[in-house]
Amino acid sequence: MHDFDWSSIPGSLPFLWDGMKISLVITAQAVLVGIVWGTLLAMMRLSSIKPLSWFAAGYVNLFRAVPLVMVLLWFFLIVPEFVGQLFNIPKGTDMRLSSAMAGFALFEAAYYSEIIRAGIQSVPKGQMAAASALGMTYGQSMRLVVLPQAFRNMVPLLLTQGIILFQDTSLVYVSALADFFGAAYKVGDRDGRLVEMLLFAGAVYFVICFSASQLVKHLQKKYQTA
Amino acid sequence: MGYQWNWGVFFQPSATGDDTYFGWMLAGFKMTIGLSLTAWIIALLLGALVGVLRTVPNKLLAGIATAYVELFRNIPLLVQLFIWYFVLPELLPVSIGDAYKQSNPVLQQFLASMVCLGLFTSARVAEQVRSGINSLPRGQKNAGLALGFTLPQTYRFVLLPMAFRLVVPPLTSEFLNIFKNSAVCSTIGLLELAAQGRQLVDYTAQPYESFIAVTLAYITINVVVMTLMHKFERRIAVPGYLGGK
Repeated sequence: MHDFDWSSIPGSLPFLWDGMKISLVITAQAVLVGIVWGTLLAMMRLSSIKPLSWFAAGYVNLFRAVPLVMVLLWFFLIVPEFVGQLFNIPKGTDMRLSSAMAGFALFEAAYYSEIIRAGIQSVPKGQMAAASALGMTYGQSMRLVVLPQAFRNMVPLLLTQGIILFQDTSLVYVSALADFFGAAYKVGDRDGRLVEMLLFAGAVYFVICFSASQLVKHLQKKYQTA
Repeated sequence: MGYQWNWGVFFQPSATGDDTYFGWMLAGFKMTIGLSLTAWIIALLLGALVGVLRTVPNKLLAGIATAYVELFRNIPLLVQLFIWYFVLPELLPVSIGDAYKQSNPVLQQFLASMVCLGLFTSARVAEQVRSGINSLPRGQKNAGLALGFTLPQTYRFVLLPMAFRLVVPPLTSEFLNIFKNSAVCSTIGLLELAAQGRQLVDYTAQPYESFIAVTLAYITINVVVMTLMHKFERRIAVPGYLGGK
């Protein structure tokens, strides 16, 4: 049986916290950009202008067919070189964090757009008709009538997707970027205490994600009874 | 920019000499399929069991099932994989652990990946099975019990035959996910598609061709599975329900 030794943890807490900040920053910006870009994609997909709708459908289906690991590898190994040549960025510039952010945001937008599309479609058709009857343009009806109602219904799903996204940020491991998991792995590897550090990382993720999902459940109940 | 496209690279003999680079990709493809299918069997069996347990009146059994689902849903897949691969062999009794660590490394990678993906997905399958059972009208269970069926009989003859047909469409998306999630297993060195893609980049110096080919392989898997499942869904749909005839 393994002799546990947890003494690596206290000393490395500042390093682990730096990692956690990277995980949280990637999550936050991917949620924000994902929701904005996802909303645009959903509106394009539902639009009557065919090329827009085809583009959005193609985008969403492409990103949903490819594993996140593969998308991240594209963004770590291929895109930086391509972008670097395009904008004359000196070789050796560390673009891992910006690559990770771009990769996550573009990938998550595909998933957010499907949630938002379902949300828009859940608003009764009469609402759109009523807005048009009041003389609103398409843009106005969307912005002032349909989207506010759609988003209220979607809040729990959007938050749940955010929790999944937070878990997925651990995959930046493939670029050796020290997010929370990467930091925990490095400490464990350095001290020969991989067993303890991996269990610790798992426990931290569990506490955060479990509490967050209970909070979402609570919110959902509150919204339903209101 | 001066990139030299060379799609012929896949048919050049590989660096190790015993295969072409296309052969490497094919090996990765087979690994991805084999891993995903075996993990899916575990996920279906365990997921069905846990999903049913979540709906039974026995508080203890339902509580254990809930804890199981929450545990596997709230820890990132990558962390779970590393725990199966690096931590579990250390927690076994020393003699068994040492024997395991001396076994074939590919076998160790495959077993850890299969168990990890299987259990991770089983928690998601369990949630679908539970919501399938809960979506049935309450009268079905009561009618079964009123006819004198015991609770297990009610599940066996009344609830499950309906519930299993209703959950096929949501399970399709979990089935697609297991192929995509299998790419995570490249992180412990298992040579599936994504890992072969990285190797191809290193050995051929043709990164675009390598990644485009691997990405297309994933898209192909996705399309084929979706088409097959769609046919299956139509055959099994319950008449009168959404998606039924």
